Amino acid sequence: MSANWNGIWAIYRFEMARALRTLWQSVATPVITTSLYFVVFGGAIGSRMQQVGGVHYGSFIVPGLIMLSLLTQSISNASIGIYFPKFIGTIYELLSAPVSSLEMVIGYVGAAATKSVVLGLIILGTATLFVPLEIAHPLAMIAFLLLTAISFSMFGFILGIWAKGFEQLTIVPALLVTPLTFLGGAFYSIDMLPQPWRTVSLFNPVVYLISGFRWSFFDKGDVSVGISLAAIGAFLVICLGIITWIFKTGWRLKS
Amino acid sequence: MNAILSVAGLGKTYDSGLTALDHVDLDINKGEIFALLGPNGAGKTTLISIICGIVTPTAGTVTVAGHDAIRDYRAARSMIGLVPQEMAADMFVTVQAAVRFSRRLFGKGPNEAHIEEVLKDLSLWDKRKSQIRELSGGMKRRVLIAKALAHEPDILFLDEPTAGVDVELRRDMWKLVHKLRDKGTTIILTTHYIEEAEEMADRVGVINKGQLLIVEEKTALMKKLGKRQMLITLQDPADAVPPGLDDWQLELADDGTKLRYVFDAQAEHTGIPSLLRKLAELGIGFKDLETSKSSLEDIFVDLVHTPKEQAA
Ligand SMILES: Nc1ncnc2c1ncn2[C@@H]1O[C@H](COP(=O)(O)OP(=O)(O)OP(=O)(O)O)[C@@H](O)[C@H]1O
Ligand SMILES: [Mg+2]
Repeated sequence: MSANWNGIWAIYRFEMARALRTLWQSVATPVITTSLYFVVFGGAIGSRMQQVGGVHYGSFIVPGLIMLSLLTQSISNASIGIYFPKFIGTIYELLSAPVSSLEMVIGYVGAAATKSVVLGLIILGTATLFVPLEIAHPLAMIAFLLLTAISFSMFGFILGIWAKGFEQLTIVPALLVTPLTFLGGAFYSIDMLPQPWRTVSLFNPVVYLISGFRWSFFDKGDVSVGISLAAIGAFLVICLGIITWIFKTGWRLKS
Repeated sequence: MNAILSVAGLGKTYDSGLTALDHVDLDINKGEIFALLGPNGAGKTTLISIICGIVTPTAGTVTVAGHDAIRDYRAARSMIGLVPQEMAADMFVTVQAAVRFSRRLFGKGPNEAHIEEVLKDLSLWDKRKSQIRELSGGMKRRVLIAKALAHEPDILFLDEPTAGVDVELRRDMWKLVHKLRDKGTTIILTTHYIEEAEEMADRVGVINKGQLLIVEEKTALMKKLGKRQMLITLQDPADAVPPGLDDWQLELADDGTKLRYVFDAQAEHTGIPSLLRKLAELGIGFKDLETSKSSLEDIFVDLVHTPKEQAA
């Protein structure tokens, strides 16, 4: 029997509708936060620190800002998307439907990734209102945006299945992802750090994401693009592996 | 064989160590209404959940129209609609959107005519644009039924369809069930009430403590289960059943204040008039008489004590 495209579409549509119901919130939040970042970081700090590696500081933080939102939003969108049916009990319908695990992942992760890519573009749009921006490698920029959104939505999906309460849903992004992003060079180049912090930073996976993404804008990053791509790729494969295992065993989904 | 659903050797032991199903074999015929009758915790929901793919069995197989429910889950599940026991729905979507979602999820393209029919059958058409949270409890339950019917399933599971539903709605539910059956849908429902099984089903299965005790045509079962009892409250409590009443096989109840007579309500002669005459003859005074159906509990006790082969 062929794939259940209707099923994928149903999940995707449902998840997108959830965001559209709160459209105002979905758009206003990132626009306002980004503007605030520009006022604080771009304005206050940028006025003292003109350039980072030949790039205007205000422009320099744009890729990091987008990544910050992309990571947190991908995770929270996807984790809530799958956690909610578990919480309110509607998971019974998903489990009893002729939908394969891959189709379920495509629906949920696809919707979460779509939302965060749109969000990333909104932030990018907002940024152009504040600072001059030129994108050196637009295709690579889109590729990084998509890959990051997809892999972190998968991570969120896993988190949502794992979580047994709302606290757990928020604790991972708050305790792990946000710090890693801030320390991952969102607002500075890791070259600016003294040793040993520069070396320590290289163990932070988010460094590779931000570096690669920044490269697509300014044609230079903290680490080489190849390594950045490999890092995202590896993360994607790990998440995919965990998801496959979850569905095979029914872990935290079926009793 | 015209079994549309076949369950063989099905067992489920939950992680807690509790065995909720113990080697259940069951064949459901195409087009019948089957009632699964059993008390709280008997394993009814567990059985249904396994068939629908929500719970993983620890033993046995489920076959839906020749499709293995695990290996060939897509074909099997497309044929099944499930109305769960507990209310679970997204409160912020409209009735219409929820039903359309279910249809799509089960692999079918849009069909507004079908959705309209389902919503009208369930008296939800006027509410189609309302969000589910704005509906009454009974209406919400009907939305779950509409969702389960959205993809035109061949087999419909109704897990306690009449729990928390008023008398009128209960009658509507029975009507709907019969209408679906007329269209060829096979229906499996669970209930705690003998009356309900009697009213709705063609065949009845009795389940208790994870074991399917008996599966029978309704009429045959009702005869078997149709025992009633009469309690006679004595004027003067007795130490033993008074002599001369051996024919009725009476028992003493409530510390000797009552006599219990168990009889078959469907029999030609219940033995009640003669018993009352005999009591008068013997001068045994009584204050009160009360008759009642034997309870589900009594029936289980009966069934458990009857060897399976003999009962079936
Ligand atoms: N997820 C679970 N984990 C552990 N035990 C469970 C789980 N679900 C059900 N049980 C146990 O399995 C047994 C059968 O439960 P089940 O829900 O199948 O009963 P039921 O016949 O549907 O009862 P009711 O009429 O109350 O709905 C019960 O003892 C119950 O406590
Ligand atoms: Mg139940």
